[in-house]
Amino acid sequence: MGTIVFFIFAILTIAAAWGVVTSKNIVHSALYLALSFSGVAVLYILMNADFLAAVQLLVYTGAVAIMVVFAVMLTLRGEVQESSLENRSWGWGAIVASLVFVVIALVVLGNTDWRVLPTEWTSGGSAADLSLLLLTQFMVPFEAAAVLLTVALVGAVILAKGVKRAHELK
Amino acid sequence: MNLSNLSNLSVGLSTYLLVGAMLFCLGLYGVFAKKNIVAILMSIELMLNAVNINFVAFNRFIWNQKIDIHYVLTGHVAALFVIVVAAAEVAVGLALVIAIYRNRQSTNVDEFNWLKW
Repeated sequence: MGTIVFFIFAILTIAAAWGVVTSKNIVHSALYLALSFSGVAVLYILMNADFLAAVQLLVYTGAVAIMVVFAVMLTLRGEVQESSLENRSWGWGAIVASLVFVVIALVVLGNTDWRVLPTEWTSGGSAADLSLLLLTQFMVPFEAAAVLLTVALVGAVILAKGVKRAHELK
Repeated sequence: MNLSNLSNLSVGLSTYLLVGAMLFCLGLYGVFAKKNIVAILMSIELMLNAVNINFVAFNRFIWNQKIDIHYVLTGHVAALFVIVVAAAEVAVGLALVIAIYRNRQSTNVDEFNWLKW
């Protein structure tokens, strides 16, 4: 059961990611991106990471994908069918990416320490379990992440809105 | 319903790592090959997702729950911080795209060469 679900959603995730990088229509790319994020959320559930799956759906599928769609809408010019073309050196990109994949696959398949099947998982993965860790051992990085999000929000608003010069303000 | 007991999975660690590697390499190809800067940002998000899959997979499969019970979800915490940084990155990145588009009327990275001399 778990194996079938895994392979369905792993293939879905990778096929959607393939669609993101090969589609010539950037709106389709954005929709494939949301699909790929949802597939990753299912993989999280299969790995007993319930809270991360919920966060993945909320933050990635809900916020990031929609934000990308808005950016596409605000910056679209010309024909939408040819809005996301390849540049001249895409062949080099394909070669480099394939080589990197071959190297990683050789390392992963050759390492005997990583040929492990799942054992019984008793440690949870819910919001309560994670919050215990976040508010004790990882408290300082947690607060730093909060500051980072605030700064990024303010910076994004300033960048997108544009800054007026002093003499324009009156 | 407890989601933790829903899955009776028998897929090993290396399969998850291969899925992550495939996602990462597709993102890498997108960063190299795409002209539109929004498509490049999307590819970066794919790569960050691949890294998250690896974090959670390692945490799930080779963490010894019996020995180190207090830090047992460290991989999840790392993935959570990656998600936070990715959200901040995409917000600032898309704001930069909009700012550049306002000045240059273009989203083609081949035309963003005015710092070249």
